[in-house]
Amino acid sequence: MEWLLSALILIGAGFTLVGSIGLAKLPDFYTRLHGPTKATTLGVGAILIASAVYFSLHQSLSLHELLITLFLFITAPVSAHLMAKAAIHIRTRSIQRTQNKPEFDSEHR
Amino acid sequence: MLDTVLQIALAAVALAMLLSAWRLIAGPSKPDRILALDTLYINTIALLILLGLWLDSALYFEAALLIAVMGFVGTVALSKYLLRGDIME
Amino acid sequence: MSANMKKSRWLPHPFLSVALWLIWLLLNNTFSAGHMVLGAVLAIVIPILTAGFWQERVCVRAPMTLLKYLLVVLWDILVANVVVAKLILSPNRTLQPGFFVIDLDARHPLAISLLANTISLTPGTVSCDLSKDRKQLLVHALHLEDEAGTIADIKTRYEAPLNKVLPPC
Repeated sequence: MEWLLSALILIGAGFTLVGSIGLAKLPDFYTRLHGPTKATTLGVGAILIASAVYFSLHQSLSLHELLITLFLFITAPVSAHLMAKAAIHIRTRSIQRTQNKPEFDSEHR
Repeated sequence: MLDTVLQIALAAVALAMLLSAWRLIAGPSKPDRILALDTLYINTIALLILLGLWLDSALYFEAALLIAVMGFVGTVALSKYLLRGDIME
Repeated sequence: MSANMKKSRWLPHPFLSVALWLIWLLLNNTFSAGHMVLGAVLAIVIPILTAGFWQERVCVRAPMTLLKYLLVVLWDILVANVVVAKLILSPNRTLQPGFFVIDLDARHPLAISLLANTISLTPGTVSCDLSKDRKQLLVHALHLEDEAGTIADIKTRYEAPLNKVLPPC
């Protein structure tokens, strides 16, 4: 069981780190959006599940961590969508080689 | 073994938080900063849960839940501010 | 309004009630009888008090398709994360980011928002904007190689089952 816990925690921390590396290193806002919305959400989800398993084993059955996991999985795409919408609205530039750049004066505003 | 794993994980999450904080300071655009703040919130949840495991205490769960809720509301409010120039209408 | 009248007065939103009850039990982290009763009372009272906020009708068809869809999405999230992690750790100049537009077949607002959320959580794509007439979704991809293929993939994998589960009603 300890192996499972360790694996979950390491995978979770690894993905969280990858998400932030993406945030720090990718070239423009729209690409940076991908790191935190996917990697970080899954990473934190894995850590929360590890916590649920740990406390269920050592104390009484503990499932409330699932609540945060679910909440994160529901809210992460929503906040990503809103941030992307805001970025398009204030015409944040994307890098040169982006394919099919939106025309900022068309209907997507 | 769990202790070593937790130490590594705490270090990784702390490094992730530093990277997010750097993006928060460096910008360059406003949505970038909002995104960095959002990531920082989520990283804090991870850090709190890991701390709870480290100290073998379930007390940190409530703090993590509150940060999850408040972080989402904060991100939505900031994005709405950029979209509308106003939060409440 | 007449459609609203036909619904049961005491349990206007059974799904909401079940969700509230489960969330109450999870929040208190207990399955004791007392909390089950208290949760049940809240799960019945809150939907009645907030009925004004839930005007839209949701009719879920084909629950098995919904279950299969959830499993597919969960699996895709796991795969997506490995793919995205690889892309993030590869050098920046190999990335070919791009926008593309999906013409939506889904009409139900809930189906559209579920589709947008699914797109954001799965391989290398984030939904960015919905056109005003709710017919086109602007999506950003971290690494766009085959635009038509990606769109067809999203349409058959996610949109078709969602349309089956949530038909316009």
